[in-house]
Amino acid sequence: MAVLKVHGSPFSTAVMRVVAALYEKELEFEFVTIDMKAGQHKSEAFLALNPFGQIPAFEDGDLKLFESRAITQYIAHEYASNGTQLICPDSKKMAIMSVWIEVEAHQYDPHAAKLCYELFYKPMFGQTTDPAAVEDLEAKLGKVLDVYEARLTQSKYLGGDCLGLADLHHLPTLHYLLGSSAKKLFDSRPHVSAWVADITARPAWAKVIAMQKS
Amino acid sequence: MATPVKVYGPPMSTAVSRVLACLLEKDVNFQLIPVDMSKGEHKKPDYLKIQPFGQVPSFQDESISLFESRAICRYVSEKYANQGNKRLYGTNPLEKASIEQWLEAEGQSFNPPSSALVFQLAFAPRMKLKQDLGVIKQSEEKLAKVLDVYEQRLGESRFLAGDEFTLADLSHLPNTQYLVSVTEKGEMFTKRKNVGRWWSEISGRDSWKKVVDLQKAPPPKSA
Repeated sequence: MAVLKVHGSPFSTAVMRVVAALYEKELEFEFVTIDMKAGQHKSEAFLALNPFGQIPAFEDGDLKLFESRAITQYIAHEYASNGTQLICPDSKKMAIMSVWIEVEAHQYDPHAAKLCYELFYKPMFGQTTDPAAVEDLEAKLGKVLDVYEARLTQSKYLGGDCLGLADLHHLPTLHYLLGSSAKKLFDSRPHVSAWVADITARPAWAKVIAMQKS
Repeated sequence: MATPVKVYGPPMSTAVSRVLACLLEKDVNFQLIPVDMSKGEHKKPDYLKIQPFGQVPSFQDESISLFESRAICRYVSEKYANQGNKRLYGTNPLEKASIEQWLEAEGQSFNPPSSALVFQLAFAPRMKLKQDLGVIKQSEEKLAKVLDVYEQRLGESRFLAGDEFTLADLSHLPNTQYLVSVTEKGEMFTKRKNVGRWWSEISGRDSWKKVVDLQKAPPPKSA
């Protein structure tokens, strides 16, 4: 089997999304740290892997990919028989999961990512959190989570009865938000809370977090 | 003949038109069901049952009910793989991986700034809403950077994912159509040599011309 490589930082939500998929699939991979502070993501060598100059970039032998959700899809399909099943073999069930994969990308993530930026990345870079922005984003995210609450009363996982990419994609931003004032948004919604507890307790996810400590 | 699939929403909606373009590429018969957004029909309980975020489009065929335009496009492309444009979603895993990469690039990098510009420049005036000059400026700057990447890519490759027109290109049609035809930001596309060439090719497809005709048709009168 060709060497799988992930280029990025273990603190980046998009990178964590890919690494989570690799650990769930029990695949060996090489992690190539990209020094964001030094601007390595804008170097010619890195731009050859991702012309948008963003992390992650991914390699499977000669295949090079960027965009975390395209990478996880590739991993889930190409290595379908390894580790945890992250997609549905049944085409109708996969279509439903596909809806909720899009929901994470277009309804949840825009607010969640901006909240992570305000609450975590800004302080990490020595900038000040904007409380008005946080309040606004929390209200918007709350409305999305109301839809999740209704969905999760009818379905064990977001994408359907089985855990899949639709759930997994939330883990990185969830991890940061649960360590912040935004935690209340998840705790106050019982089905969302149970779902969060379930997916964040997965051993593969613990391995992703462990990478931040090494 | 198969029962036509149902698409809910007005064709002038960029997300609705994305689905229509896909259905036309795949030769899938569809019924367009109006949703009167000016009367808030999309926020009413009956509609929220099929699209809990209160947005258009939503989609139904005899076996399934779906929303999110890109998910609908993927479903249609897979279910009808053997009809219409058979290369739309790739014919092997490597092609598919490339299509998914550029479809994500569209959704994550191209869509946010181009959607904001479409709203500010094409829709806000019609809805008599005040434009936000700060948003327009920021969005234009972001979009310019994305189009610079596209310019380089389209100098190496005829279409975004490879040599064939795919869902990745199709997904860009709705926002670009508005920017090129009703705003003065069209130059962002037409003045970049490779992007301009690509835009001409993809917008010249019969399927897209039919969508544009549907967008120009007068809206159905309410009962």
